[in-house]
Amino acid sequence: MRMDLIQPFIGSLDAVLAEMMKAPANIADMTMEEEGYCRKGTAAVVAFNGQIEGRIILDMDPAAAAYVAGLLAGTEVDPAEPMVSEAVCELANMVIGNAVTQLNDRGFQFKVLPPSILNEEQCAKAGQDSEATILCFETQHGVVYLNIAMHYLARRSHDHAPVAVA
Amino acid sequence: MKQFEPLTRKFDAQPVRYLVVDDSVFARKSLARLIESFGGVLVGEAGDGVSAIAEYTRTKPDLVLMDITMPQMEGIEAVERIVQEHPEARIVMVSSVGYQDNILAALQKGARHFVQKPVKPDALYEIIRYVLNDDGVTAPAAAGENSR
Repeated sequence: MRMDLIQPFIGSLDAVLAEMMKAPANIADMTMEEEGYCRKGTAAVVAFNGQIEGRIILDMDPAAAAYVAGLLAGTEVDPAEPMVSEAVCELANMVIGNAVTQLNDRGFQFKVLPPSILNEEQCAKAGQDSEATILCFETQHGVVYLNIAMHYLARRSHDHAPVAVA
Repeated sequence: MKQFEPLTRKFDAQPVRYLVVDDSVFARKSLARLIESFGGVLVGEAGDGVSAIAEYTRTKPDLVLMDITMPQMEGIEAVERIVQEHPEARIVMVSSVGYQDNILAALQKGARHFVQKPVKPDALYEIIRYVLNDDGVTAPAAAGENSR
């Protein structure tokens, strides 16, 4: 998988977590996976299509998910509360949206679909059809995983521009 | 949460009335808290573009805060339809997806401004002031400037 496509997602997660949690997120591990993905906590999936197709899973351990839910709700939230899933969806939306913005502005044209909670069935299918890069981020409030599986289908618009011949 | 100088309507000095459109409950709650800190009133909420059109007609807000990526009907299409029926509508796009083509499309359809998520309260406040002042709704400081 191309690192120039992954890098904006790393930068975006770091920036969004820093803005929301007021603390940095450090990459603790990076692995490649071809098997089905097992979520670690509460996970949201965002699919996209266009010149780049694929999906990204934002997976947060219960403590981190509850902390973010508390920040978004403006009150303390129990990790078992259903609103935690909503919060992870919204965070995924922000992280992936910001990264997609960077990639689109670099000439990759693709569209993001609304986030949804990753259920057991989707979880089993999530890694079957493509290789995924899994990044593990450590924060002060828990661990966050970013599972990225994407295919680069077409050249960027400016790659098609005619080349001047001397 | 930081409290801002309340934004009021120039013609009757009443609080600004807002409609918030976002498919995320959290995003709507978060924007509602910001609106409160700006001294505004939330008059309606919608979770998709179709409901947004109906809520706009029902509530006739002073300002709409509209997400882009939503189920059923996306924000840009909802902007187009609202502005077609209500050319005076003031709509600010609030989205995590802020690439140039998207912003341009929203502005061409009639949106007045764009704010990227996560929303910075000071930035949103200034944008709302700017957008509302253009149409006769204003914050106290701006009212002072206009009366000179």
